[in-house]
Formats: sequence, C-alpha cells, structure tokens
Amino acid sequence: MGLMEKIEAAQLRSDRPELRPGDTVEVAVRVIEGDKERQQKFRGEVINVRGAGVRKTFTVRKISDGIGVERTFPLHSPVVGEIKVLKHSKVRRAKLFYLREKTGKAARLTEKKTVVRERAPKE
Amino acid sequence: MIGLLGRKVGMTQFFDERGEAIPVTIIEAGPCTVTELRSTQRDGYTAVQLGFGTNKESRFTRPALGQFKKRNLPPLRHLREFRVESIEGLAVGQSLDVSIFEKGRHVDIQGVTKGRGFAGVVKRYGFSAGHASHGPTAGKQPGSIGASAYPSRVVKGKRLPGHMGNVNLTIKNLEVVAIDPEQNMLMVRGAVPGPTNGLVVVKKREG
Repeated sequence: MGLMEKIEAAQLRSDRPELRPGDTVEVAVRVIEGDKERQQKFRGEVINVRGAGVRKTFTVRKISDGIGVERTFPLHSPVVGEIKVLKHSKVRRAKLFYLREKTGKAARLTEKKTVVRERAPKE
Repeated sequence: MIGLLGRKVGMTQFFDERGEAIPVTIIEAGPCTVTELRSTQRDGYTAVQLGFGTNKESRFTRPALGQFKKRNLPPLRHLREFRVESIEGLAVGQSLDVSIFEKGRHVDIQGVTKGRGFAGVVKRYGFSAGHASHGPTAGKQPGSIGASAYPSRVVKGKRLPGHMGNVNLTIKNLEVVAIDPEQNMLMVRGAVPGPTNGLVVVKKREG
C-alpha cells in the first residue's frame, strides 16, 4: 500500500452505515461553543451521496419551520458523530434534488417495507 | 537553512483537530545523507550537501561513483547544497530525516513546475477568453497588443504567448500539518510545484 493510501485509509471510520439516497437519517453533529462541546441532531432525508474513500460526502435535507434546510457532511469527518438510519425509502434516482421543488404531500417518500440491503460485515 | 530532499507523493485531504478537511500534499522527505560539508576555511562559505534517492550504478558517471566511494557512501541520485550558518554537529555520512521539521511550523518548498509547452495567453496569464462563436475575432487570441503610430512598437514586458512551466518555483510558508519519521512522511497544507514523484526541496524557515 502506498503512502497516500495508508494516510487515507487511516482516516476512514468503520462505524459509518452505507447510506443510500432516500434514507431518513439522524446525524449527530459535534458543535463547539466557546470551550463547551455538545451534540446536535440533524434529521432528514439523504438526497445526495457523492465521492469515494475519505472524500465521500452526503447531503441531508429537512424542512425546518417550513424552510428547506440542507447540510452536506463529509462521511468520515470527526465532526460527525453517530449516524442513525431510521428508514429506507423507495426512490428511483440517485440524486433527489427534485425534492427542492416540491412541498408538503408531493415531497413525501414511500418507505421500503423490506430492507433488502444488509450491511457488509466489516473487519 | 537546512532542509531535506523529497519526492512528491500527491495531494489528498486531511481532517485537522477541529474536524475540518484541509487540502494537503504528501511528501516522502528523506532520509537524506550528508555527502559533503563546505567550510569557510576551505570553500569560503558554509553549507551542507545532502543526497537522496537511489539509482542503478550504471546511471552514474565514473567520476561521480568515485566521489561516493571516497566517502564510503552508496551512490545517491540527487545531490543538493543547503547554505547553513554553521556546520557544527554535522558529519559526512550522517543521516537526516523528517524529524528536523516540526508540526505547526512552516517550510518553503521548491520544485520544478510541470511543463506546459508553448502556451497561449489565456492559460499562461489568465486573460479572459472571447466569444467561442459570433464572428472573426474570438476565442483565445490575445487581442490588441498596443497602439499604432505612437509608440510604434510593442511595450517591453507585454504579456504574450510563450513557454510556460518547467521552471524552478518556490512556494513559501507552507504549514507542516503532520510528520511521521517512521514512514518519512511530511504533510503540508496546500499545493507544491511539480508532478507526482517529482523531486522537491523542503527548506526549514528561520524563526
């Protein structure tokens, strides 16, 4: 393994679930305020997953007080704590940017009842 | 100031203490061998010559091999001198590694930039390009290069197409993000001149 691969591999976190567009997730974000550190939950739907390795990022969209809010997180960032996958939805495309144009009922996603996907065992 | 010779491994990103992803260049720096010392008495200045990298013996000239043999050293591919204040504590044959640098401090890095050949004005100087369509004057042409009757010539220093790249370039004040003496790894913030696997000279900064 080259020096570069080693450095990148050392930064990968094994506690990350495999995210798919349409998943409803709750991301724990570490927030530093002054000298205090706390966790903030950001809950919404994954509308974008891009990149690979350390550079992999995902975007979560939620509706907060009627305003659409999106946050993009680097998957392996130490700022991101636990990622809980709450729900998988039936989606037909890789990028769910069309949700930005939709509100209310039209912006719903149908839940996938059977979870076909199993997390690949990681050593 | 003293430094090291190294090989550019490439760029990636790195999460710092604050959890921010920062762009970094990985350099395999050293280990370098002290191949020669220059002293005021003998040479009129003080410097240390460092050697780095290996090569087939047949790639060296016989005089070069003789120089290495005289000092009981293996033949080293790259040799560079570093001007130093004093050569005290340094001896021929001594090995220097990445631990001469410190995390959080800054370094200067010198390398030979990638050659771009004969480049136009848009690539070379960042001129804005014109219309790709609509009529004769367009595209990546430099445009007017001066007035007519007065001064009847092109002003000196006018930026025009020409050879770009393949020059020695020093990037100053790059922050050392991490070092790992075991792997001879030096990680600096930002970009470094030259291609992957290219030779770079890393210099410690004073103060």
